[in-house]
Amino acid sequence: MKEIVIISGKGGTGKTTVTAAFASLAERKVMADCDVDAADLHLILEPEIRSQNEFSGGKRAEIRPEDCIECGKCIEVCHFDAIDQDYIIDPVACEGCGVCVWFCPAEAIDFDEAVNGEWYISDTRFGPLVHARLGIAEENSGKLVTLVRREAKALAEEQGLDYIIVDGAPGVGCPVISSITGANVVLIVTEPTLSGLHDLKRVASLASGHFDIPTFICINKHDINPEMTELIETFCHEQNLVLAGKIPYDAVVTDAMVHARTVIEHGNGQVADAIRNIWQRIVVE
Amino acid sequence: MIISIASGKGGTGKTTVAVNLALSLGADIQYFDCDVEEPNGHLFMNPEWKGHHAFSVSIPDVDEPTCSFCGKCGEICEYHAILPIKDHVLVFPELCHSCGGCWLVCPEGAISKKEREIGVIEEGVRDGVEFIHGKLNIGEVLAPPLIKAVKSAAKESHTVIIDAPPGTSCPVIEAVNGSDYIILVTEPTPFGLNDLKLAVEMVRLLKMEFGVIVNKAGIGNDDVYHYCEEENIPVLMKIPNDRKIAEAYSKGSMIIDIYPEYRETFTELYDTIVKATTS
Repeated sequence: MKEIVIISGKGGTGKTTVTAAFASLAERKVMADCDVDAADLHLILEPEIRSQNEFSGGKRAEIRPEDCIECGKCIEVCHFDAIDQDYIIDPVACEGCGVCVWFCPAEAIDFDEAVNGEWYISDTRFGPLVHARLGIAEENSGKLVTLVRREAKALAEEQGLDYIIVDGAPGVGCPVISSITGANVVLIVTEPTLSGLHDLKRVASLASGHFDIPTFICINKHDINPEMTELIETFCHEQNLVLAGKIPYDAVVTDAMVHARTVIEHGNGQVADAIRNIWQRIVVE
Repeated sequence: MIISIASGKGGTGKTTVAVNLALSLGADIQYFDCDVEEPNGHLFMNPEWKGHHAFSVSIPDVDEPTCSFCGKCGEICEYHAILPIKDHVLVFPELCHSCGGCWLVCPEGAISKKEREIGVIEEGVRDGVEFIHGKLNIGEVLAPPLIKAVKSAAKESHTVIIDAPPGTSCPVIEAVNGSDYIILVTEPTPFGLNDLKLAVEMVRLLKMEFGVIVNKAGIGNDDVYHYCEEENIPVLMKIPNDRKIAEAYSKGSMIIDIYPEYRETFTELYDTIVKATTS
């Protein structure tokens, strides 16, 4: 079983388009959407939810006004300025550290598991999908990502599947680190722009340098700036990163999205061909 | 006045709007790039660098000879960042949220704070606009403390333009919290609309004034406009899907570099926002 995680550093380079196309191409696989705070894969895969579960990534403190003696201790010990002068805890600022709870002399602060989101196992026309929805303004996206990957892996093992295909989050922080830790292969989707190259360098040094995961690069819309594409190719060469392929710019990508189809389903063309080659490249290595 | 530029979906044009707005206004402007995981504003602003300093968070430093191995630090820590075992105390720095619980609770006074660098803050200036960004070190998990540090440079006398990270979770909240107005940048595609809806849910939860800018107008479909109309959300600006703008972007140029008349458009955008926040 091979777990392939698609990330990008910079947002909007085409991660989900490539991931959805892989759903069309791979056989015997489970899909997982780890972009838990702005998930889009479901818009193409159109899942039918089979099981829906609550996610709790941490606790939340809440002061019971009837028991509070307004001594000021909680305000003093809170490092996140989450408690105001009226002894109300701002749930957005609260990090759930529980230090106020520990030090409250009146034991007037409740500290219960908070529901931070939901996760689902669904059926799609491509097979099972594990996905999630982090509550708005919630924390612990990393924990939810880890949970989604764990469930996808369990499913793959149970059904004897060959691939886990994971749509990752943008950036290089918490959810991305949780998405790639222990993965077999990372595919970075980039674009030939100054921002794309800048962000590629950071995320490649995370995946390949920091975590030492076999890392492939694909350049999406490579023809919008050939010079920049060349710079990216040079970078890949210097860093021993494998260039898995280049995808041309084509309006068919947005058109496929509007019709809720993968680019592979949407008909044969240069984009579908390019992604097919990239998939072959990754699977063979 | 603080204006944040955010979006659910990445790559919709947050930085494009933020840098063009900042440089169109010019005087008494601070531009903060709070997308500390992947900051890009400097690629377009090309600031003249003025200084930089490391950014650190506090983590526990355990003096084992003083430690009685009572286990309280491990009990209070919700993040499993400190773990007392028989005659050792293990600290996992990257899990630490710097809540201070362990050094406050230690009855022997055996735990002190020590600094751990997690990123860098760099400052510069371009055409009178003060530029500040944070850059998280590779391998670091926690963006919010660095975002908070960047924002602490805000001056009352200036208009602050915050370039927020994508998404709707804690780093975004840290970036936009305290703003007077939020511009949500989207694109007219199903992904753009889906993530815009999440971003709208977020700003409504925070009870903030906001409006939408549609970038790459002309691609996809009209659903985003119908949505904004139904929800009574003002569409502040439409940036067309223009090959020249896309090419300029790819090289690190701004819209106002190739279409100077856009300075006027961005200045009007600012006036609209001022009106919306004072009415």
